[in-house]
Amino acid sequence: MNEAERMVELIPRLRRYARALVGDRASADDLVQDTLERGWAKLHLYRRGTDLRAWLFTVMHNVHVNKVRAMRATDTLDDEMPELALRAPQGDALIVRDLDRAIALLPAEQRAVLLLVTLEDMSYEDVARTLGIPMGTVMSRLSRAREKLRLLMLGQAAAAKLKLVK
Amino acid sequence: MSDELPITDADLHAYADDRLAAGRRAEVEAWLAAHSEEAERIAGYRRFSEELRSFYEPVLAEPVPEPLEHAASGKPRSRDARRRWRGAALAATWTAFVAALGALGGWQLHASRSTPIAALDGVTMARRAAVAHAVYSPEVRHPVEVGADQEQHLVTWLSKRLGVKVKAPMLDEAGMSLVGGRLLPGETGPVAQFMYQTDRGRRMTLYVRAESAPHRETAFRYSRENNVSVFYWLERDCSYAIASSDLNKDELLAIATTVYKQLSP
Repeated sequence: MNEAERMVELIPRLRRYARALVGDRASADDLVQDTLERGWAKLHLYRRGTDLRAWLFTVMHNVHVNKVRAMRATDTLDDEMPELALRAPQGDALIVRDLDRAIALLPAEQRAVLLLVTLEDMSYEDVARTLGIPMGTVMSRLSRAREKLRLLMLGQAAAAKLKLVK
Repeated sequence: MSDELPITDADLHAYADDRLAAGRRAEVEAWLAAHSEEAERIAGYRRFSEELRSFYEPVLAEPVPEPLEHAASGKPRSRDARRRWRGAALAATWTAFVAALGALGGWQLHASRSTPIAALDGVTMARRAAVAHAVYSPEVRHPVEVGADQEQHLVTWLSKRLGVKVKAPMLDEAGMSLVGGRLLPGETGPVAQFMYQTDRGRRMTLYVRAESAPHRETAFRYSRENNVSVFYWLERDCSYAIASSDLNKDELLAIATTVYKQLSP
């Protein structure tokens, strides 16, 4: 299989990750398209026989970081926990949508680690290589991401309970 | 137990992610059995990972948009050009459209005296359906108010607002899937718009208006409002119009026929 065929094959996974990373479909597909184009432009840097998927995710990471930087990073929520709008639980779809929204509240660098581990099932070593960060940073970002999500989800559950009691 | 390495936070995450070798996994399990609070936290991590995976799973099955396939094959960019083209085309459409509306309006005043009510009514509706199509179908970020992922909610909500039971027809066989729908102001009350698209992003909208008084029924009629093709028909309780600027007349007629079969009792 040549690179073109393998890239086509990887599109769905790139799209899934991008969707979770940036939220809406149009921006996600833009990111995927930029990634693929950048991938072709930089293909001479790819070493044949190595993991094309990990390489493309690295390309996507760089493209994304540059895009965010260009938009003067809006991800500044590292330490403050924004308040979530409260709403009573109304079935699974909405609960999952809240989960989706909770992910969007994570700082971008924590979100990237969590998504590569969870959605892509990447080894921690590959995540470190893909994002160009040390293993220790992978683990601390993963840990902070999960803890923040847990608190967000707990907060929602508590709020829902309060609302029901009232 | 004392010769074992202490359990670290990293171990707990690796356990939650199934990344531990069997020996270490057993040690972590033993430790968790004695620490119920931590065990609950780790179980929460696992649950969350599963929910996350199942939430994004459907993206893998989505048809790949043409421009992405194009880009993956290493072919030169075409999408931005197309997007610009779309924007320009839309602006041109609008200008021409507004002018055409003015002209049509004038013509309508003359014609109304001698045109049967149902026919005139249909023309008005077709035009409104075409405008609604032209307004919403190019939307990238907010094409609909309620997405197809909440179809049941969408249908219930629109039925309630229109005061009749509306349905979103299944058009899979015609290669179209539901994007979602929205509520719009009609001449005398709320109307519903459902949007569909092909896997290549060609869009079609179904415009549904409830009839307060029983109504003369009509056969399919075709009209073309600028570059938007419309098939419409009136029934006793509801009137329907199908509009698209991406599909040709024959394709649209085939879809109108399918919709008619599904929606008419």
